[in-house]
Amino acid sequence: MEVAVQPGIEREHKHRPGFWRAGVLLSALLLALPVLVVFSFVFVPADEVWRHLAGTVLADYLGNTSMLALGVAFGVLLLGIPTAWATTVYEFPGRRLLEWALLLPLAIPAYIIAYTYTGLLDFAGPVQGLLRSIFGWSAGEYRFPEVRSLGGAVLMLSLVLYPYVYMMSRASFLSQSLSTLEAGRVLGAGPWRVFFRIVLPLARPAVVTGLSLALMETLADYGTVQYFGIATFTTGIFRTWFGLNDSAAAAQLAALLMSFVFVLILLEQYSRRRLRFYQTSGRYRHLQRHRVHGYRKWAVLLLCLLPLTFGFLIPAGQLLVWAFSIAEETLDQHFFQLVGHTLTLAVSAALITLMLALFLGYGRRLYPSRRIAFAVRLSAMGYAVPGTVIAVGVMLPFAWLDNHIDDWMRAYFGISTGLLFSGTLFILLFAYAVRFLAVSLQSVESGLARVTPNMDDAARSLGYSPGRVLRKIHLPIMRGALFSALLLVFVDVLKELPATLILRPFNFNTLAVRAYELASDERLADSSVAALTIVAVGVLPVIMLSRAVSRSGQRDA
Amino acid sequence: MSFKKAIFSGAAMVLTAATLFSTGVMAAGEVNLYSARKEALIKPLLDRFSEQTGIKVNLVTGDADALLKRLQSEGRNSPADLLITTDAGRLYRAVEAGVTQAVESETLRQAVPEAYREPAGHWYGLSLRARPIFYLKDKVSPGELSSYEDLADPKWAGRICIRSSGNIYNQSLVASMIAHSGEEKTEQWAAGLVRNFARSPKGGDRDQIKAAAAGECDIAVANTYYYGGMLTGKDESERLAAEKVALFWPNQSGRGTHVNISGAAVTAHAGNRDNAIKLLEFLVQPESQSWYAEVNYEYPVRDGVAWSDLLQQWGQFKSDNLNLSQLGKNNSSAVMIMDRAGWK
Amino acid sequence: MPDPLELRQVAIAYGETPVVQGMSMVLGSGEIGCLLGPSGCGKTTLLRAIAGFEPVREGAILIRGEQVSRPGYTLVPEKRGIGMVFQDFALFPHLDVARNIEFGIAHLPASERRSRVNELLHLVSLPNIGSCYPHELSGGQQQRVALIRALAPKPALLLLDEPFSSMDVDLRENLAREVRQILRSEQTSALLVTHDQSEAFAMADRIAVMQEGCIRQWDSAYNLYHKPADRFVAGFIGQGVWLPLLRDSTGVLRSEFGPLFPDTVEMPHQSKGEPGGEMVLEMLLRPDDVVRSEDGVPAEVIDKSFRGAEILYRLRLPSGTDILYITKGHNDLPVGTSIPVSIEMNELVLFTAE
Repeated sequence: MEVAVQPGIEREHKHRPGFWRAGVLLSALLLALPVLVVFSFVFVPADEVWRHLAGTVLADYLGNTSMLALGVAFGVLLLGIPTAWATTVYEFPGRRLLEWALLLPLAIPAYIIAYTYTGLLDFAGPVQGLLRSIFGWSAGEYRFPEVRSLGGAVLMLSLVLYPYVYMMSRASFLSQSLSTLEAGRVLGAGPWRVFFRIVLPLARPAVVTGLSLALMETLADYGTVQYFGIATFTTGIFRTWFGLNDSAAAAQLAALLMSFVFVLILLEQYSRRRLRFYQTSGRYRHLQRHRVHGYRKWAVLLLCLLPLTFGFLIPAGQLLVWAFSIAEETLDQHFFQLVGHTLTLAVSAALITLMLALFLGYGRRLYPSRRIAFAVRLSAMGYAVPGTVIAVGVMLPFAWLDNHIDDWMRAYFGISTGLLFSGTLFILLFAYAVRFLAVSLQSVESGLARVTPNMDDAARSLGYSPGRVLRKIHLPIMRGALFSALLLVFVDVLKELPATLILRPFNFNTLAVRAYELASDERLADSSVAALTIVAVGVLPVIMLSRAVSRSGQRDA
Repeated sequence: MSFKKAIFSGAAMVLTAATLFSTGVMAAGEVNLYSARKEALIKPLLDRFSEQTGIKVNLVTGDADALLKRLQSEGRNSPADLLITTDAGRLYRAVEAGVTQAVESETLRQAVPEAYREPAGHWYGLSLRARPIFYLKDKVSPGELSSYEDLADPKWAGRICIRSSGNIYNQSLVASMIAHSGEEKTEQWAAGLVRNFARSPKGGDRDQIKAAAAGECDIAVANTYYYGGMLTGKDESERLAAEKVALFWPNQSGRGTHVNISGAAVTAHAGNRDNAIKLLEFLVQPESQSWYAEVNYEYPVRDGVAWSDLLQQWGQFKSDNLNLSQLGKNNSSAVMIMDRAGWK
Repeated sequence: MPDPLELRQVAIAYGETPVVQGMSMVLGSGEIGCLLGPSGCGKTTLLRAIAGFEPVREGAILIRGEQVSRPGYTLVPEKRGIGMVFQDFALFPHLDVARNIEFGIAHLPASERRSRVNELLHLVSLPNIGSCYPHELSGGQQQRVALIRALAPKPALLLLDEPFSSMDVDLRENLAREVRQILRSEQTSALLVTHDQSEAFAMADRIAVMQEGCIRQWDSAYNLYHKPADRFVAGFIGQGVWLPLLRDSTGVLRSEFGPLFPDTVEMPHQSKGEPGGEMVLEMLLRPDDVVRSEDGVPAEVIDKSFRGAEILYRLRLPSGTDILYITKGHNDLPVGTSIPVSIEMNELVLFTAE
């Protein structure tokens, strides 16, 4: 009997790691392919265009992009952290509602919030019109802050991206130990010092994760900055590609942008290489909520209402007004088909991306090596790259593959296979996976961090293979995190536009495409029905997401 | 639903979706279209075509450059038979990239004037899009306006609204100026125009007209169909804004107002070449031609097609008959000139 | 010098549920006190109230003579000048050991901070771990760091919340003694919370035995063992059995071992009302009160547990009552043998029978 068992064990130990390692490396590289395609253009000479860019607009691109990133970083931290803290430790009227409502702006695409605020706040809009009619001002007699400016873009992006920081830091606050904070208090630190010296540093990995998601989306944003007339790296990429008709230089700009992001990520990781942020002992009490009274109660409520109002209620309200008063959209069968397409894509992409993220995250945990870590990082870079660039990066290698298979089949069998991948939903879903893997991966990794290495060892020593450890131990423990991964990608795909636009098959439209086509034709009001539907479809998962966050924080953390 | 179940049912869904929507749209009686014209501005015509001919039209819309890139990378196996763009520059690029083929058709040649088609028949214009000047009726008299060149005159300092240089319509306008008066003069002109800007460029064409109506500037440059859309749309504030400005056709004493086209090219490897040509011919029929004007206030390329009432109100005008391939040829120079002029 | 800690009739409640009631005690300067009791007795809540994390409903808490808590007023923890060691140590995982220790003395100049950190690290014989992060330390090391971090600002009073509960038994007693020495050398008064009596005995000068939110007895370890104030304390502290007694009408105490003539007898309160009558009582019999004596009562060995230096036997008396008996480790008696035993004690602890 023992003799019979032995070979099995041998196989487990000798072959499985190889399988895992190779599989992880391979899928990571496959997912990194589009990014690598973009990087491959680095070697195509484009000196003349670069000389032109350097002499004219490059400084603008750099300056505006940095200012935008800095501004949004500041904005999302300012909106996300205090609200997360307030809903974690204070009890005040409306707290339970706000807890999830604060995530709602996530459902609004950035370019749509930009359109709505422009409609509301520009010179011809209702706000300025009202001011003029109240005070009798006329044009040029008063100064009104311009929405379509760098500051405006910072504000718009902060309003829809702060939920990432809110969500991540809240989950971290929920899992912090009360006694660590109390230790700070008895050591003579007041509440503020405890917050800044202990709570915030402890939440740093979570805050940084949220921040990096927000910043990567900011860097990839095209719709908002383009509409506001701000020259950033992303608009520069398009301008160089379409306007100057130089795709190599455009790809090089994109590569530069990605390198920038990559360096930032590495720097952050290096700076906390020795630190651990989890509690050193399992026996502790969670933070407790306490009731606030008097004016402070209203101050806290106001603090939380502010981002919700400006990030969701006002833009959604404007869309609603447009949808009912102006829009000429018939809710016929075609429209419901759009909704169906959108949902199918979003659900499939969320599941596929989650499975990939699980595979990669788990492989990285199981076989920690520099090579794997690097490959996984690289594969998650897609989030910082504008969707159009990703789409081209996906399109080129697959079309190449299709054509080569076709050539080969014709040469040897006389059959033409045509395009096997290009122009199918497969390639679109692949592009989504490339683009949103980062979102899924960070949730999966934060979930994995909750499973202590001892649990792995215990399960392995009880005869479980790595795959079974994943199914029986990790999945149940990480449920909350996995759920967030699904929902975040779902919402992101709902909003996704550029890759969908380029890669989708014939006769296949989504809500985002619909909203974009009308909006880019400057029929903002008409686009409101589709935009509003995106928001409506996105709201439900956002609510579920918030539940998942609070539950996971209370249960396992 | 348990987590496991959710994953499995999701995976099943993906597989079904993938098989349902995979490429098999090359059967006979079809034509596959990559269109940079938005769905709403082409689909009704396509439906009418299908009704009349029984040929099914499969459509992907998108940005012209992206569609072009897709066409290029798909190469010989691309399913697309016809590419529609909304400017001549992209058609020029498509020809340069070798993804189009010349089409000989008597119908097309008679319907589309020479200036609006590629000499060898690689592409044909479908509609004209004019880019005139709009002026605030209270502040500007049409007598003060004359040409695009005049907009660089210091008398307009701080009075002009125009969208950003990233937009293809502006790129085409500047490219046409290069074709007419050379790079050097165009660059001087662009610098002068930028000095006259009332504000840093932002928003779309409608926003320029709205800004003028709101008193931010006296002159706006925009395409006619945006103006038409504002005048006839349901949004009252837009209509009021549009009513405050009037349309001026520049360069009437010279080369004529700058126009661009939306046009179509049959792809190099079109599997349904005949159907593609049929569709092209359908799109230049008089009924189709008047449809553009009715729905989107564009001008027909075909002579002798009745204009809609609104178009007639705006009056006849002389359009620039520069061969539109020039727009594509000069496009990158135009962008560089605008970069140097500081046109954001 | 005012006492480091005084509790005056303190009551604490969570909502409507009272957790601590009528709590009064004084901890003298340099004294190490202990709150001992089963879990749920309110000892941790009391400690947190002293630290300023819970408000009091009644009474007052005074630290160095200053009223820091009374109904409607709770001085914030950071202004109380106390130190606290937490059950989970609560070391800041993002700071290294030196910066953990420096946290409470941030107001001092850097050179003083550094020398204080060094001094404290030497005190716990861990001079080289200043640049380590908490997760790189063993449990015992983390414990010591948590202790010296709390001591760094020289608090008037140190609170320790079950500080050794996560340690193994050997380490626990050693650490407890070590901590006691450190507290002595730093001349810090301390209040410890624990449910483990050996820990309490090893560290504390005075121990408050708590039950259901009330102090049962606030006394030295010796008195808790030998003069328990009530049945609960008697049962909670040390080992022992209840031996039935009969007080006859002449006042003589009769047991299975014959009449007892102890040096002192303190009769239970309940019996005072009827001095003349016959009465059934129970006497606390500790294992060390039982001796082997040839003229004693025969008792059969039922069970034994070997404890190295000593062996604890369970013996059965002819009446069927079980008693405990402890001998030196080399007096090995097989189960089933019978030995004669009698009792030898100075003070009797009597309670009315239940």
